[in-house]
Amino acid sequence: MIELNHVTKTYPGASQPAVDSVSLTIPEGEICVFIGPSGCGKTTLMRLTNRLIPITSGSISVDGKDIMGLDPIELRRHIGYAIQQVGLFPHMTVRDNIATVPKLLGWARTKIDARVDELLTLVNLEPGTFRDRYPRQLSGGQAQRVGVARAMAADPPIMLMDEPFGAIDPINREVLQDEFLRIQDKLKKTIIFVTHDINEAIKMGQRIALLKEGRLIQTGLPDELLNRPADEFVKSFVGADRVLKRLNLLKVRDAMMTNPVHCRSEDSSEKVLEQMVKNDLAFLIVTDRDQRLLGYVNQYDLRGHKGHAGDVARKLTLTVSPERNLKEALSQMLSYDLGILVVVGEDGRIQGVLNSTTLCSLVGSTYDEHGGHWGRITAAGRIL
Amino acid sequence: MTTYDFIVRNWPELMSLAWQHTVFVSIALAIAIATGVPLGVYLTFNRRLADTVLYLAGIMMTVPSVALFGLMIPVLSVFGHGIGTVPAVIALVLYSQLPILRSTYAAIRSVDPAIIEAGLGIGMTRAQVLFKVQIPMSLGVIFSGVRVAVVMSIGIGAIAAYIGAGGLGQYIFNGITQTYDAMINAGAVAVSAMAILADFMFGRLERTLVSKGLRRD
Ligand SMILES: Nc1ncnc2c1ncn2[C@@H]1O[C@H](COP(=O)(O)OP(=O)(O)OP(=O)(O)O)[C@@H](O)[C@H]1O
Ligand SMILES: [Mg+2]
Repeated sequence: MIELNHVTKTYPGASQPAVDSVSLTIPEGEICVFIGPSGCGKTTLMRLTNRLIPITSGSISVDGKDIMGLDPIELRRHIGYAIQQVGLFPHMTVRDNIATVPKLLGWARTKIDARVDELLTLVNLEPGTFRDRYPRQLSGGQAQRVGVARAMAADPPIMLMDEPFGAIDPINREVLQDEFLRIQDKLKKTIIFVTHDINEAIKMGQRIALLKEGRLIQTGLPDELLNRPADEFVKSFVGADRVLKRLNLLKVRDAMMTNPVHCRSEDSSEKVLEQMVKNDLAFLIVTDRDQRLLGYVNQYDLRGHKGHAGDVARKLTLTVSPERNLKEALSQMLSYDLGILVVVGEDGRIQGVLNSTTLCSLVGSTYDEHGGHWGRITAAGRIL
Repeated sequence: MTTYDFIVRNWPELMSLAWQHTVFVSIALAIAIATGVPLGVYLTFNRRLADTVLYLAGIMMTVPSVALFGLMIPVLSVFGHGIGTVPAVIALVLYSQLPILRSTYAAIRSVDPAIIEAGLGIGMTRAQVLFKVQIPMSLGVIFSGVRVAVVMSIGIGAIAAYIGAGGLGQYIFNGITQTYDAMINAGAVAVSAMAILADFMFGRLERTLVSKGLRRD
């Protein structure tokens, strides 16, 4: 746990404080993302936390202990720090860079080698290829990942990561973010993560702290920042497309309508057609006895058909899992020009239906100044 | 007699002068490196003193070597060492200080502050950052200063014969007084050859000691 208590830092000779009375608690095992414009004091806050620079006023405590009462070297070995400029040691190989702290701690050679390879794999660099390279033989993004590995080497319970994925291409960045979150799920480190990228902040942060000119403007869950920006600055920072960004945070499960109307394959075609005409339905989902999706029928196919609805059912190839995020689902709907998307669980059973009209009003309505309308939409189960 | 003939005929004597030369230049360099490198490193922690020391070392370089040898005679006579190897070594140490000091100071200071911050940030002590990061990173530049000092000392060392330190300068001075060209040339060629050889050897040493990671290619 890291607690910042009215932390203020004025650099010698500066007229304005670089960090101005910031109070914030980062609970054990959480990732807190610091975000804000260049020069707002993100790096300064990190340097204060591991005592690379002295605090002007206020206090910081780590795991309940005031850092001023701790030995700075011990403190820093307790806190992994991946600096913004990477700062790999150019005269050491990748292995030796990562092994710096383990060596200082006197680990056995075999243990160090195993750890180096483990960390390289973790940051998506093939150990055999990269272990013996020198920093000058790495690309910017590769060097950055080695920097992260070096900071994690001795498995510190707390990590300060200053734009750790800044120089990495979007595809690799996504891979690293996912991998990182997967590991974090197990390791449960307490992490301060700096980024300039609001999408990265939303994805990585359990909590986001937005800074401006050294002051903490807003802190909260990613959804809160998007949903209830404190002021115009936050609003513009999270972007005009904050509504769309929220799609990333929501799962299909959150937006789908459960209990969609459907028929069974053994229902008679005549009966089904009758119901469809009565309820003015163009299509109807067909399932087996166990609610497993078989396909769909339309009125044209059923007309004049004597037999079971299952006989004339058409295959439904595009379905979506309830765990996918809404952005991906919407993108699927848009690219295939689908009005609806059937939500199917891993067991093949239908769980609900996603409909573009209700999807839009769902995301939009939560921004309604007068409160959300989740209830209205999900209750309107009959969408076909 | 040609220079070649002179060298061939006087080979044993030439070698003993060369050895003498090597000895006092080596002693001087050993002292200069042993004092200059640590002083240069220390100065990076004391900027104000650094300016003064580097300034003085700079002035030192401007004193003509013959004058310096001359100036030292009365001072060192007090200790009974007005002439000979001792004043020669002292003069060479003083001359070598500037290139060694300046290169060490500049190299240590030029280490990117971000690298130092990274080292401290992951929990190295200041001393560990100095010895495991800054100094190894600076070796190449320090070596270039040492090589300048080596070549310079071998050259200036020839003048030390003037105050009776012996060495290859003896052929040059004797040759001048006797207007014996072959002798002058033999001394000059030997001094140059020694400088080139020493520079080459230090170059080799540099390649083995300086990390491959710092090579530009
Ligand atoms: N060593 C220093 N001495 C004086 N002022 C400094 C120093 N380091 C940073 N500052 C100033 O403090 C302020 C905050 O700097 P900081 O590096 O914390 O910003 P940042 O949020 O990390 O920015 P960026 O996103 O560009 O990395 C800036 O105005 C900067 O100019
Ligand atoms: Mg910064």
